[in-house]
Amino acid sequence: MRKYLLALIAALSLSGCGYNEFQTLDEGVKAAWSEVLNNYQRRADLIPNLVSTVQGAADFEKSTLVELTNARASVGSIKATPELVNDPDGFAKFQAAQGQMTSALSRLMVVAENYPQLTATKEFGELRVELAGAENRIAVARGRYIKSVEAYNILARQFPTNITAMIFGYKPKANFTVENEKAIAVPPKVDFSKPAGK
Amino acid sequence: MRLILAALLALGFCFGSARAEVPVPPLKARVTDLTGTLSAAQRDELEARIAAYEAKRGSQMAVLMLPTTKPEEIEQYSIRVAEAWKIGRRKVDDGLILVVAKEDRTLRIEVGYGLEGVIPDSMARRVIDERIVPRFRAGDFYGGVRDGVDQLIRLAEGEKLPPPPAGGGHAAGADPMQYLVPAIIFVVVVGSIFKAMLGRFPGSLATGLVLGAIAWVLFGLAISALAAILGFILSIANVGRGGGWASGGGYSGGSSSSSWGGGGGGGFGGGGASGRW
Repeated sequence: MRKYLLALIAALSLSGCGYNEFQTLDEGVKAAWSEVLNNYQRRADLIPNLVSTVQGAADFEKSTLVELTNARASVGSIKATPELVNDPDGFAKFQAAQGQMTSALSRLMVVAENYPQLTATKEFGELRVELAGAENRIAVARGRYIKSVEAYNILARQFPTNITAMIFGYKPKANFTVENEKAIAVPPKVDFSKPAGK
Repeated sequence: MRLILAALLALGFCFGSARAEVPVPPLKARVTDLTGTLSAAQRDELEARIAAYEAKRGSQMAVLMLPTTKPEEIEQYSIRVAEAWKIGRRKVDDGLILVVAKEDRTLRIEVGYGLEGVIPDSMARRVIDERIVPRFRAGDFYGGVRDGVDQLIRLAEGEKLPPPPAGGGHAAGADPMQYLVPAIIFVVVVGSIFKAMLGRFPGSLATGLVLGAIAWVLFGLAISALAAILGFILSIANVGRGGGWASGGGYSGGSSSSSWGGGGGGGFGGGGASGRW
């Protein structure tokens, strides 16, 4: 009987110290992270099409294409797993690779403006919209991820739940860094340099 | 000197981050016009179009016209609107929002998760480019919004979605799960009377049998047996004294046609397209 009572008290005090809340928020972070990964994947899936469309344009500047291909290779070399959120180094690498991809893509779009016969095609126009959509979804998913990690990390650091975190080894999760966030909070301009539907 | 500069810089940052974003207006109607562009009659007309679509399909749509979204981009602002208003049904996520920033000359269509299939970004972009922008350029804001809304409705109607609630009457075969809450209430009330009259075990047995008989009439034998067992167990387990069944939950009040219930809890993930004129 005493044993059961002790177990009950332990269970109650655990839930009092935020154990359950950790589980809830942890799931929330995981879900938000998969959304981020999904949307990066959405963007990556556009690249083969984009490259082939651009290559169709006569003598398109090679260096931007090479840069994009390299960026894609380095993104592909990082295993984008859900566990990345618990691995600050891997997370930083992932972030750097995706940042490289972002800049390669926006440069490509800027360069493309010099090829009116390319930008006038329907395929390119649609890819441009798709890319803008992917970038916007990435920005939204990142914003939500940042918020969910914030909630988790506050719980992991605050008293008394930090004790629970210590006992069970819950570490604060990796988040997108601030310097980077300033640059990335605004979805890259791939689309609105010119008035629509001219 | 450097110190003063640093202090100034820090102050600047403080003020910089404190610069207010445009607040999301409260959701009071399907069409919100903060610019005073639309006349009352035009607003009512748009409202009626969207309400008819909502009644027919169960999906929701909202229009917001405001002067500016600055300092934010329209994408950042409109996703905040989407998160605050929750247009569309919960879990179905079939909401659409048209945001027009008149002074910025930008607009955006936010598409809920559930409609991304029939209104992919390129399609939303075409609605903007082909239906809305030409009219906006000509200064016809009402016409642009109306045509945009109409086109979006036509597109959204291509998606197979769950039917609107309580719209065209229920299908012939009633769903037993719908009667679960009434059944529990029945067990609590009748069960406690029987138990008081006959004692705990016979009373519970009687409760189970009565519930089973009712279920037989309504649904047939198989569910009847299930209901009888359920009634017996619930009754003998004393649900009547347990309390805790207080909140039925899930039954949000019936949607009357006069007052609109507001956003239904739909989710958005940044789908849609933006444009300018």
